[in-house]
Amino acid sequence: MDRRKFIGIAAGASALALAGSALPKLIGGGSGGGTEESSKTRWAMVIDPSKCLKRDGCTACVAACDKVHNIPGFHDPKHEVKWIWKEPFENAFPEQENRFTAEQFKEKPFILLCNHCDNPPCVRVCPTQATWKRGDGIVMMDWHRCIGCRYCMAACPYGSRSFNWSDPRTHIERMDPGFPTRTKGVVEKCTFCDERIARGEKPACVEACPEKAMAFGDLADPKSEVRRLLEGRYSIRRKPELGTQPEVFYLI
Amino acid sequence: MFMFEKAVVGSKKYWAWVGCLCAVIAMGFLCYVLQLREGLGITGMSRDVSWGLYIAQFTFFVGVAASAVMVVLPYYLHDYKAFGKITILGEFLAVSAVTMCMLFIFVDMGQPMRVMNVMLHPTLHSMMFWDMVSLSGYLGLNALISLIMLSAERKGVAPPAWIRPVIILSIPWAVSIHTVTAFLYNGLPGRAFWLTAILAPRFLASAFAAGPALLILLAMVIRKVTWFNAGKEAIQKLALIVTYAMIINVFFILMEVFTALYSGIPEDAAHLRFLYTGLGGQSPLVPWMWTSSALAAVSLVLLIVPRYRHNEKILAVTCVAVFLSLWIDKGIGLIIGGFVPSPLAKVTSYVPTLPEITIIAAIWALGALMITVFYKIALSVRERLPEKAMAH
Repeated sequence: MDRRKFIGIAAGASALALAGSALPKLIGGGSGGGTEESSKTRWAMVIDPSKCLKRDGCTACVAACDKVHNIPGFHDPKHEVKWIWKEPFENAFPEQENRFTAEQFKEKPFILLCNHCDNPPCVRVCPTQATWKRGDGIVMMDWHRCIGCRYCMAACPYGSRSFNWSDPRTHIERMDPGFPTRTKGVVEKCTFCDERIARGEKPACVEACPEKAMAFGDLADPKSEVRRLLEGRYSIRRKPELGTQPEVFYLI
Repeated sequence: MFMFEKAVVGSKKYWAWVGCLCAVIAMGFLCYVLQLREGLGITGMSRDVSWGLYIAQFTFFVGVAASAVMVVLPYYLHDYKAFGKITILGEFLAVSAVTMCMLFIFVDMGQPMRVMNVMLHPTLHSMMFWDMVSLSGYLGLNALISLIMLSAERKGVAPPAWIRPVIILSIPWAVSIHTVTAFLYNGLPGRAFWLTAILAPRFLASAFAAGPALLILLAMVIRKVTWFNAGKEAIQKLALIVTYAMIINVFFILMEVFTALYSGIPEDAAHLRFLYTGLGGQSPLVPWMWTSSALAAVSLVLLIVPRYRHNEKILAVTCVAVFLSLWIDKGIGLIIGGFVPSPLAKVTSYVPTLPEITIIAAIWALGALMITVFYKIALSVRERLPEKAMAH
């Protein structure tokens, strides 16, 4: 076999191998848009703002999340990394505002985090499947695959995604060796504490809340706390008109 | 006919030009090394305005690349002979512009070392994957076409017959690159400014105005510094294309304004208000957007009135106005305006930093260098041919 022929065969074989490994992904990859029924579990969160508002200035949930996830403390709001945070009502629900909304209510802080949408636009647009939806509904993030194109940030209608504009490791107050740190140039966000759920625990924010304002559970289980709360009271979600099917509910 | 080499190759002016471009590229490269080390935080981008001038420039130059079709189509589909001499200029412009686009995407990436992940994990539901496919395909097509056509010209033979279907394929392909680029933005549920079905048509209209305007200016510069004359007829026909495309583009923009303002839907109107009047006490783009509008209005008059369009001195000014107007509209306003206000109704200012602007300037310079070198090659191939062979 001469050299040219060998190179030809080698190139052909590697192209075939590449196509072979990519094909199943291409076919299976379409799941980015729709709902997956493969798992019976469907994790969701129900937040009771009236309980949350009882404690002025409380940030227990935010602090707990920052601590267990090695979230860097960039204080410049333009470079902030946040998985869960408080936002005034008028920003959390901009379309709900009306001119008779009491001035003090407009400013009331609401707890925001990734909505773990059933139909997540971020997953749809990600060019590398670095963000994807698990069978149990959790929208995950692979910090090792993310190329930092920030398309997911443009796609997310909730501002739930943060980008590491510079090295986060030098901005972590107290490093928790039990959780990975991130590198600069990747996107990150709330993962409903998938690492804790795997151990049978509740998300850190839910556990930390002194008023028990956040409930976490399985929507597929009719006897779960989240289902009981949603059936007992009227609830709203952020921007439901966009068809993303957010799975974080706010009780009225 | 004086020799092209004498006029340009080796001349002090030529090397001064190339040297200037290389200096800008070197400065941009240094800034990129800084960005690589420090992260994208050295740019003006932020959590809320997460794409800035890099992506905006990318969008604008996809249009310039696509506009090559405006010389290729009349020549190959309608046998419009006057464009015969300049199709190669259009194709080389496309190659340079697509290369610039790819660089703008590359410098925008947080983890550029992982760029191959896009190919290792092909994702059919991501418009970015398709944009990569269409852009690299378009680059390949135009590189191949210009190579084959030029080498045929050098040998003084007719180009091989198989290249014609490739050229025909490049026509719809050009439309596809700008359509898919529009799809990057207009499939995002939370971004009202881009969520409009007219985005892709608008992209094409502005592309077919800005690209040929640039081509007219390039042809005029080439005529001044070399022996090559694209011909009055070709330039006038390009000017007519610019005229129609600019009218359609302005018409499309006005349709957007009507829909957003008359419907009165707050989140649709908010982006326009941020761009044209300011919002939440911030109005950084207002002077830019009104400059763009004024340039568009003036250029429309100068294009539509035949007396002005036929005067090449005025036409040159008009083409600069068209190019600037569309560059502001698409290369700044369209992307930044889409992010402000944010889906949480917040107004965040974005001001590009010096390193960011230097990197952008370097990519512009690289594009200009590519154009210079490509056109020099094309013209030095041609100067050896007898003039009457070129005259059609």
